[in-house]
Amino acid sequence: MEPFTTHTGVGVPLRRSNVDTDQIIPAVYLKRVTRTGFADGLFSAWRGDEQFVLNQDAFRHGSVLVAGPDFGTGSSREHAVWALMDYGFRVVISSRFADIFRGNAGKGGLLAAECEQADVEQLWKLLESEPGTQVTVDLTDKTVRAKDFVAPFTIDDYTRWRLLEGLDDIGLTLRYVEDIDAFEHDRPVWLPKTLPAAG
Amino acid sequence: MGRTLAEKVWDAHVVRRGNGAEPDLLYIDLHLLHEVTSPQAFDGLRLAGRAVRRPDLTLATEDHNVPTEGIGGPIADPVSRTQVETLRRNCEEFGIRLHPMGDIEQGIVHVVGPQLGLTQPGMTVVCGDSHTSTHGAFGALAFGIGTSEVEHVLATQTLPLRPFRTMAVTVDGALRPGVTAKDVILAVIAQIGTGGGQGHVIEYRGPAIEALSMEARMTICNMSIEAGARAGMIAPDETTFAYLKDRPHAPKGAEWDAAVEHWRSLRTDADATFDREVRLDADRLTPFVTWGTNPGQGLPLAERVPDPETMLDESDRIAAEKALAYMDLKPGTRLRDITVDTVFLGSCTNGRIEDLRAAAAVLRGRKVADGVRMLVVPGSMRVREQAEAEGLHEVFTAAGAQWRSAGCSMCLGMNPDQLKPGERSASTSNRNFEGRQGKGGRTHLVSPLVAAATAVRGRLSSPEDLD
Repeated sequence: MEPFTTHTGVGVPLRRSNVDTDQIIPAVYLKRVTRTGFADGLFSAWRGDEQFVLNQDAFRHGSVLVAGPDFGTGSSREHAVWALMDYGFRVVISSRFADIFRGNAGKGGLLAAECEQADVEQLWKLLESEPGTQVTVDLTDKTVRAKDFVAPFTIDDYTRWRLLEGLDDIGLTLRYVEDIDAFEHDRPVWLPKTLPAAG
Repeated sequence: MGRTLAEKVWDAHVVRRGNGAEPDLLYIDLHLLHEVTSPQAFDGLRLAGRAVRRPDLTLATEDHNVPTEGIGGPIADPVSRTQVETLRRNCEEFGIRLHPMGDIEQGIVHVVGPQLGLTQPGMTVVCGDSHTSTHGAFGALAFGIGTSEVEHVLATQTLPLRPFRTMAVTVDGALRPGVTAKDVILAVIAQIGTGGGQGHVIEYRGPAIEALSMEARMTICNMSIEAGARAGMIAPDETTFAYLKDRPHAPKGAEWDAAVEHWRSLRTDADATFDREVRLDADRLTPFVTWGTNPGQGLPLAERVPDPETMLDESDRIAAEKALAYMDLKPGTRLRDITVDTVFLGSCTNGRIEDLRAAAAVLRGRKVADGVRMLVVPGSMRVREQAEAEGLHEVFTAAGAQWRSAGCSMCLGMNPDQLKPGERSASTSNRNFEGRQGKGGRTHLVSPLVAAATAVRGRLSSPEDLD
């Protein structure tokens, strides 16, 4: 995973709450067996609408999505993160993320930055009044900046550290393989096994 | 200080306690796989030269992409077929047990695990699917994960996680006849909102929950994710043990006795505290349906489509306006006057034998209304077999409904069972998101009883509306 320290790009105001993962990428696009190639499916139902924010020239090449509360609810599909990143997004800002989406974002290298809703509203106004405004999201000091706008965001320390260092979770866990061996040794005997298949 | 059920299960699975900076490392007892969220995880293993640590704690089934009719031949859609074939190759390469299309144990992953007795109290269960919360009905800590985490579990049988917060949802009283587990969970979500459970494990408790069957408990825990929660749990009791006894993977003989003794300890201590508590009165609940495009936008069937203008919260109002525009509904319309084109009975929420029995009891001797298509899709091939043994399939087909093979079907637009643009459904599934059942489709979430009555009248109805 590429380390993430700071990112600057066009901010995209998405004035919607409860943007669920079926809106981010509908199920019909989930049939690929690769991690790439999902950009076309991003917000596919809305992209048919000329008024949709990503169809406006100023926002087309945006990379910082500023969305309403409860972003990423619903299905656990990590394809939602892949689709956002394939399109070019590096950061999503919201006042509340669904848990699984937040976890997936951290694994994939997409920064899910949680801001106060009042700050989100202020940022929306700025981005709408001056389309194409660049937003800088700095993971080292956990702030969002755009013109005169400055706001803090929160992210859990472990995810922040992993993103800053670009670390692979599995490699980190495998440092503790002896602990896993010891745990397995003590598991109760009655716990079920899937193999061999029951007759 | 006492501990909650969720905390007890968590503590029993900590391989390595995080030191503040790091999360806890949690052991996973059962890992369920399906074709959609696993291919990239297996690719990751191959790239890194890693093996599956515990194929004997892993089980795969084909569910999201599979057609529910004509299952004898290959899948017609080449992209779906590739995904399913990829799962088959991966399972073979890594030595994982797979129940493919056509197999008697094939079905929706969350129906298959419990039915085989693989889901047991006190276990940790994960799957790359948010409705893994279903398994919490057994007092297991069960939650959905993303594909990177699927790869992590395949490689290490563990996950690094921060402890979840705890929430109690207590349902007092007793459900009235005709009011089901589905109505309870839709009412809970409407009350706490789609983000209300965020970061929490919900423990459902109280007399109305204790009175439920295992299948009804699964319906409730299944939709915990729709309230934003990571997981839902119900403390195991005699109902749980009776369900598990003699299942293929349940402990046998002396091991059964030892297991039950342990399972009895899996209860929230009297002096334990929850981070949040919510109460509901079962006696006051009536059949519940959704009118909008998220599962929190629901009301009793006796109500009318709400007027966004009357909503005080701006974000609620905007969401309601967008929902009504998408759903093509006008404020003030009686919910009972909403006509549907399609009725879907099935899914990991309501595709079990009790759900089919309940709907069949309503449909017996009745007909699906002209112009309405009804799909009845058992959650697994075992459920289908059982239903046929009881003659339920004859009730459905005599009523004019379509009797299908097992799969996720119309719960999500990933297989041939979909709504066309503008079509409206009454669906026993779990999500009414825009386009969830097919692009432009409109979904009303309902219980199996409401689904069956709606099929007969062609408009949202409960059995009491029938002659």
